[in-house]
Amino acid sequence: MRYIPNTDADCRQMLAAIGVRSVEDLFADIPRQVRVKGDLKLPPALSETDLMRHMRGLVAKDADVESYSSFLGAGAYNHFAPTITNHLILRGEFLTAYTPYQPEISQGTLQAIYEYQTLVCQLTGMEVANASMYEGGSALAEAVLMAHRATGREEVVVARTVHPEYRQVIRTYLAPLGIRIREVPYGAAGGTDLKLLRAAVTEQTACVAVQSPNFFGVVEEVAEAAAAAHAKGGLAVVAVAEPVSLGLLTPPGELGADIVVAEGQAFGNPISFGGPYLGFFATKERYVRSMPGRLVGQTEDRDGRVGYVLTLSTREQHIRREKATSNICTNEGLCALAATITLCALGKQGVREMALLNLRKAAYAKGKLAKAKGFALRFDGPTFNEFVVQAKRRPVRQILGALARKRMLAGVALDRFYPELRDCFLVCVTEQNRREEIDGLVKALGGGG
Amino acid sequence: MTNPEGLKYTREHEWIKVEGDKGRVGITHYAQDQLGDVVFVELPKKGRQLRQMEAFGAVESVKAVSDLYCPVSGEVVEVNSALEQKPELINQDPYGQGWMIVVKVRNAKELTALMSAQQYTSFLAQGAK
Repeated sequence: MRYIPNTDADCRQMLAAIGVRSVEDLFADIPRQVRVKGDLKLPPALSETDLMRHMRGLVAKDADVESYSSFLGAGAYNHFAPTITNHLILRGEFLTAYTPYQPEISQGTLQAIYEYQTLVCQLTGMEVANASMYEGGSALAEAVLMAHRATGREEVVVARTVHPEYRQVIRTYLAPLGIRIREVPYGAAGGTDLKLLRAAVTEQTACVAVQSPNFFGVVEEVAEAAAAAHAKGGLAVVAVAEPVSLGLLTPPGELGADIVVAEGQAFGNPISFGGPYLGFFATKERYVRSMPGRLVGQTEDRDGRVGYVLTLSTREQHIRREKATSNICTNEGLCALAATITLCALGKQGVREMALLNLRKAAYAKGKLAKAKGFALRFDGPTFNEFVVQAKRRPVRQILGALARKRMLAGVALDRFYPELRDCFLVCVTEQNRREEIDGLVKALGGGG
Repeated sequence: MTNPEGLKYTREHEWIKVEGDKGRVGITHYAQDQLGDVVFVELPKKGRQLRQMEAFGAVESVKAVSDLYCPVSGEVVEVNSALEQKPELINQDPYGQGWMIVVKVRNAKELTALMSAQQYTSFLAQGAK
């Protein structure tokens, strides 16, 4: 947006042209008693030096992953991003949040999105991916809606181990459509109870949705869940909140998933207080016309040169209006670009090594905390880089609060998501956590060295 | 191209050819010409019950996706599965191999609300709005 300076003379001329006396007159439609009178109550302006000092003071109050030891995960992950990521996304040619209008004029942007889609397909083991959704939660809600469209069925089965906020988004999306949601409880190992899952699936089930690793960090039996959906003619939807896990785990596409969604933040995007993030969305080619969002395709121009275009736009809102496949008519261009650059910089081997580091460091922490006095592991299912710790002696909030004062964020209390787990907290360990930090956490929790 | 006699036409550019108690449904030459190259068609499953002028599917060209409306109420008894692989039949032969569904006509009176070939031709001549 351009800044257009207007002098007092300009303003008088414009006011005269439309026949009002003052700027105040433009607001005549707003009742006088609700209008602000006089100046806003703001402190006097600071000098540049004082302003910088003031802002630094505010920043110093932040608890961030640089100044704290953080073991917080639960859908937002602190991972390494190479310097090249920020450097490239800030280039003027790339710095836009959206796919541009008349997108084909921006071949570089479209090519980057095309590469992104290819990477998402490779990570998830699927055939087609869109240009990205807003974030993991809405991607999952859209996946569930897509299953409803593809099957014409009115009920969905969702594991209770799916991120509680994702489930909230699903409820918000489905409520006005009257689609019923059945939630399936977890078992002793922290994974979805497969017996109860199979019992919940009927001929009315549009899809079964599971998350793996799930909210407790436990790797779900995805193939079994997918088979349960397929047995009754429904689709299998798999959500991944921590996509670094895909560097090690079998891609959901090879386990029978029909739609795979993920929160893509972990690749190249900072935690940043919850956003902006990006959602991966991938499916099988036969469902491509039910897929929400936009899709970049590769083609050739009349001279046989490679070019990139938006394909299947005819199903999007700007063309099909209220009959569009979805109300999403854009993507998270810049976040997707950051993920693309990060994935390319890390490479196949690098992503695998990063995943291995997460697994090993988390296993180390898990082993230590299992032996710490007054603490236990709540579930015994296999985990990737997160796990649930039970506090047996003191209230969780008291423990976490005391550690936060020592600049240590030990985990996420589970009481607000799962009342029955009020004595538990979720610990995440990534490649960013040094061994001394992990030992420090164990020691602070009273576990010794 | 002239619009075949003996068929009935809708204002949404579908045709229906009544054969006994059934009606074969497709889109008109004008419709396929306006759409351009058809790349995909989405058709209902057999057994679906449709009301008159209810959307029964969608036809997608490189330019647009448009709903398909059923000229009469009835049950879908046949679906042209050849269109899955060869949607271009709709462009090549809209009144023949490009047919879409056959419905069992529930109420023959509904046919009187539709246009004859001559009426449809003049409807198009007036701008088809």
